[in-house]
Amino acid sequence: MGGQLTYLGVPLARPRVGFFELTSCEGCQLQLLNNEATLLDFLNLVEIVNFREGMSERGDNYDIAFVEGSVTRQDEIARLTEIRKNAKVLVALGSCACFGGVNQLKNRFRDLDWVKKEVYGDFPIESMEVHPLADFVQVDLEIYGCPIKKEEVERIVTDLVVGNTVRHPEYPVCMECKANENICLFELGELCLGPVTRAGCDAWCTSNRRGCWGCRGPATVANLKQLEEIMHTYGFDRETILDRLECFGGFASFADTLRDKGKKTPTGRKNP
Amino acid sequence: MKLSCEVDIHHLTRVEGHGNIRISIKNGVVKKAQWEVVETPRFFEAMLVGKHWENAPYICGRICGICSIGHTLASIRAVENAFGITPTPQTANLRLLLKHMETLQSHILHLYFLAAPDFLGAGSVLPLAKSHPEVVQRALRLKLLANEACDIIGGRRLHPTRTVVGGFTMLPEKEQLKEIRRRLLASVPDLLASAELFKTFVIPDFSRETEFVSLKGDTDYPFIGGDLVSSDGVVKKEEQYRAMTNEYCTKCFTSKLSKLSRPSFAVGALARLNNNFALLHPTAREISKSLGLTPVSHNPYMSNVAQLVECVQVVLDSVRLIDTLLGNPWQEPRQPVQAKKGAGVGAVEVPRGILYHYYKFDKDGRVAKADCVIPTSQNHANILHDLEALAGQYAKTGKKDREIELLAEMLVRAYDPCISCSVH
Repeated sequence: MGGQLTYLGVPLARPRVGFFELTSCEGCQLQLLNNEATLLDFLNLVEIVNFREGMSERGDNYDIAFVEGSVTRQDEIARLTEIRKNAKVLVALGSCACFGGVNQLKNRFRDLDWVKKEVYGDFPIESMEVHPLADFVQVDLEIYGCPIKKEEVERIVTDLVVGNTVRHPEYPVCMECKANENICLFELGELCLGPVTRAGCDAWCTSNRRGCWGCRGPATVANLKQLEEIMHTYGFDRETILDRLECFGGFASFADTLRDKGKKTPTGRKNP
Repeated sequence: MKLSCEVDIHHLTRVEGHGNIRISIKNGVVKKAQWEVVETPRFFEAMLVGKHWENAPYICGRICGICSIGHTLASIRAVENAFGITPTPQTANLRLLLKHMETLQSHILHLYFLAAPDFLGAGSVLPLAKSHPEVVQRALRLKLLANEACDIIGGRRLHPTRTVVGGFTMLPEKEQLKEIRRRLLASVPDLLASAELFKTFVIPDFSRETEFVSLKGDTDYPFIGGDLVSSDGVVKKEEQYRAMTNEYCTKCFTSKLSKLSRPSFAVGALARLNNNFALLHPTAREISKSLGLTPVSHNPYMSNVAQLVECVQVVLDSVRLIDTLLGNPWQEPRQPVQAKKGAGVGAVEVPRGILYHYYKFDKDGRVAKADCVIPTSQNHANILHDLEALAGQYAKTGKKDREIELLAEMLVRAYDPCISCSVH
């Protein structure tokens, strides 16, 4: 590996990158190692100085910091602030970092002590309400998805290295799904958030006949009112829709509105 | 001779999640040997309360970024057991094939990317790409095969899309299965070369008598469901998993811990192999013997070898499963699901050991109670006791700090811990 990297004949600097994880499953980082076919090319593009899950060496002299996971404990705020100080560019990697991800499902409960007791009984355990990174530091770039799509990450990193503007699709997953010539899942009786979720995953789930759960958050123009009508037409109840909308945190404000409208909410939920 | 040693490792590298090792030896006496888990908890069991049954496998698969397929399958099994659903033979075979491919992917990741650098004197796999290119290429080939097979069967290698309660949303093309079968057979030389590589590694000489817990195979080397067994002679039904895990909390661990007949026990590839050696494929068994691994091995570093033997096992068994699937016409991928009040347990052998999911549902099929017992949380206490014994064994040998540090790191890595999983 190594050697001078050029783009259109112009020499490029290999940025030093670090990977970090807060509260998460570390799956998004592993997605990078999961890219066997292009892994060695990808490693040639950057210089990895910090990747605890993959290597023993650790450095703080990174240009780009990829941070996976959400903030759920006080000490993570300090770690995140330190990473922000060291990095020129801070990238929120995956839905937990961008929106809180599945972790924020615990925020549904008004009583955090109940949440702790449900899992740990009387054993004291430290935890706070789940937050995305942007609640504490400036985030320069968000990479959506649970999990992230490795092809998309490689494209974004390549854009960063060669100095291209990073652009996310503004349209919803539905467009990609149609382009893939799939049968509409609503026609098969499946609930799907494809009409409102931001594209970029190439309709990953729906192409496998699994309805979209909205892990990438809302498209730039997401007609949520229309979605509610579609769901109503196909006979899905509010609770089922809510299960989807609140799963990853990207649709939090809409889920809150919908929840407020609802009458049937199980005990423990916020705003019962 | 230097008889004092201080090891203080904050956030051990090349493992999944956050754990610390602290060892203090003064004048040949172990003052402290501690394994600490500081991972932030996520509270999956609370998150699920009030959720419709369909959410359970989708959300719980996200407990883990390495064995998300195993979590999804354990979760599905728990839901199906609660609702009284028996998977069709086609679904059962496809699930096991998917499970095998995850096992291969995870074991290769661990053996080559996380464990091998220690044996080859490197800090990571990165310098090995230069010094041992054929080794890295081989690892990538095997991992690619496993991951692509997961994509084809489960829809996605991480957080699978096609796996649902009742079966699959979609089936692979038979041509795709034939291609996987061809590649599996073609991978056997890579597996044999892996065995040759591991024969050159010096496995640290350390043993501590341990109780091993796993699924109990009947006619096949076990991976999905069945009775639970310990090498100390305890046998329980799947639904009695709590009697096998006895979880408790203690300081220095944000994860729960487990015990059975002794203060700790071990789960994982070594436990499975120790408890089910006779059920291995004859070729896998021969390779195990050639690597010096026969039951009962009490050397935790041999877990690496056990994982390698299991790679051979799952590849050969996958060929058998594909032959069965190809020999029958495709049936409906998915059976209808009728929710009902009740509770169910799903026990699945995931790469790091036996995993249990338990759910109790109300009459509308909403989760009233959830419980997940993770392999790594079952291993934490055993890692701790191993570290104490390891420190004791080397306390009077005058080894350098860095040597003891490396042995301790390698010990923890041998368990292939998935720490964020254990603190779900």
